[in-house]
Amino acid sequence: MNGALVNLEGNAACALGAIAAGCRFYAGYPITPSSEIAEWMAAELPRVDGIFIQMEDEIASLAAVIGASFGGMKAMTATSGPGFSLMQEHLGYAVMAEVPCVVVDVMRGGPSTGMPTRPSQGDIMQARWGTHGDHPIVVLAPHSVAEIHREIVRAFNLSEALRMPVVLLYEETLGHLVESVALEPPRPEDLVERRWADLPRERYRPFACDEDLVPAMAWPGDGYRAHVTGLVHDERGFPTQNPEQVRALLRRLHGKLERHRGLIERFEMLQCADAELLIVAIGIAARAARAAVRALRRAGIRAGLFRPVTLWPFPEEAFRRAARSARAILVPELNLGQLVREVERLAPAGVPVRHLGRVDGEPLMPEEIICALEELAA
Amino acid sequence: MSDALFTSADRFDIRDYLRLDLMPHFLCPGCGHGIALRALLWAVHELGIEKDALAVVSGIGCAGRLSAYIDANTFHVTHGRPLAFATGLKLARPDLTVVVITGDGDALAIGGNHLIHACRRNLDLTCLLLNNEIYGMTGGQVSPTTSATRYTTTTPAGNREPVFDACRLAEAAGATFVGREATLQLPTLKNLIRDALAHRGFSFVEVISDCTEIFGRKNALGNAPEMVLRQKAGMRPEGWGNRVDRPFRPHPFAVGVFVRKERPEYRELWEQTVRRSRGGEG
Repeated sequence: MNGALVNLEGNAACALGAIAAGCRFYAGYPITPSSEIAEWMAAELPRVDGIFIQMEDEIASLAAVIGASFGGMKAMTATSGPGFSLMQEHLGYAVMAEVPCVVVDVMRGGPSTGMPTRPSQGDIMQARWGTHGDHPIVVLAPHSVAEIHREIVRAFNLSEALRMPVVLLYEETLGHLVESVALEPPRPEDLVERRWADLPRERYRPFACDEDLVPAMAWPGDGYRAHVTGLVHDERGFPTQNPEQVRALLRRLHGKLERHRGLIERFEMLQCADAELLIVAIGIAARAARAAVRALRRAGIRAGLFRPVTLWPFPEEAFRRAARSARAILVPELNLGQLVREVERLAPAGVPVRHLGRVDGEPLMPEEIICALEELAA
Repeated sequence: MSDALFTSADRFDIRDYLRLDLMPHFLCPGCGHGIALRALLWAVHELGIEKDALAVVSGIGCAGRLSAYIDANTFHVTHGRPLAFATGLKLARPDLTVVVITGDGDALAIGGNHLIHACRRNLDLTCLLLNNEIYGMTGGQVSPTTSATRYTTTTPAGNREPVFDACRLAEAAGATFVGREATLQLPTLKNLIRDALAHRGFSFVEVISDCTEIFGRKNALGNAPEMVLRQKAGMRPEGWGNRVDRPFRPHPFAVGVFVRKERPEYRELWEQTVRRSRGGEG
């Protein structure tokens, strides 16, 4: 399918992109609206010497993924809100133990079992803060089938480069949306492979690192015989409560993101240069916003769209640039106000920020965004 | 198997398998878990398993902390989930011998679901459940194996709940090797673990261990030697056939190998799936 146009739904593009990224292990538990990813993986992974396993629940799924990653495989799971809640424990473990892995959350209506077949953006904050304790996290939010295919590759690259879990977040609508896409599989040089320890055993400390703040990982069987734990640990990997070592570890885990912001951040600015009315949106809300911007521009209104593709860490500097000429900012999202909090935090002083939320299980329409912007401009 | 017992003991030096720089260890005086650890490492030694090829995955609790002391590839994971982590690790790396160390709370309460599914799948893992009847790490709360009437911090009037028989659970869920032994009999325990490690498929070993400092004190069970001798009073070595209905302390409990059978191993079945997917013979 190299380069040729194919009709694919988002969940299929996710699975195929993962395999193209080098994913060879999938463990998961069925849940609407993400199950197609598991079904594609179950069919495709055996063809590429990969492993698929359906686990007993989502907790076990992410545990098995992390276990496979301990063993050196690129590994992932996919789920939706309720399952994502169950995975929070192991997201935190992967952050703490610095284990690369990818988790896809195809968002449905919540809370609780909610609306399995309806879109939502209710997990924006769960993806950021779902697991306990101060933790860094990378969350990518694609808005089209083609972008799902690209971003799942980037999710694997970032997780390997940074040794941390990366979450891919999109709505039910995108998971089941069929679009014509020209799949461009990544070239081998586009794929990031994990850095394995090559120091002599006597000198190797599993959680020591150089200025890039990402330690080289020990390949089980290479003679390092390393220890990994979810407890706060020293550079050797063993539990510590020494305040100096505790602070150093937590600072470094967060520092990894700061150090590599350039690699992590991706965003789209649509006609932001002179935009007086700025929209900030992700995923399918951004698709409606894009249509709204076009319509408003045709009417001579200077509207623009800032779309974070990397949702967390939020691309702060880029947003500030996009908001330079803004007189008002609108944040349309399929929830009761999550992304808007981050925008309020970062908006230039004196610029009003308004939220446009929809939580009835229907996607936002361009007309709603246009109306809200017109109100805001008045 | 008994003829090799003492000749090989001469050559087994536990210090070859421990991270000595982490000593002293954190176990309480009299804790049975150190005996279980010794039995495991002795069995590893007898089978000639290289430390580089050994992976130990452990959960949370006193038993969970043992992995850190083993000079191997060790993974201290989350509460109740070591079998799920080990499943991913073993599937990714069939070249490694993967051992899971878990406790009664870890495996039978929070991790019960993972245990039964690991038994069902029959992936080539060895699971050691160190049963000391108590949540020791958190200060002595009741566990799914705390005997009836025993006092714990969360059963101040004595425990009323029935216990799990972990071996029967593992057998019913499909484990292809199931055995139980007590820390009283180190060489026998070592042999049981050795057989479990050598078994292809999911092996489950329950080790009757003692928590002297917390459980023993609370229930006035005497000092460590007295508690170990109490194991002997309850032990019924006749095996599965003669076991009694309530096999837990202070009731008699059966020891020995209860299940040893052949069933296709999970990874072999997966490789058939791979061949079929590629159009070859299933």
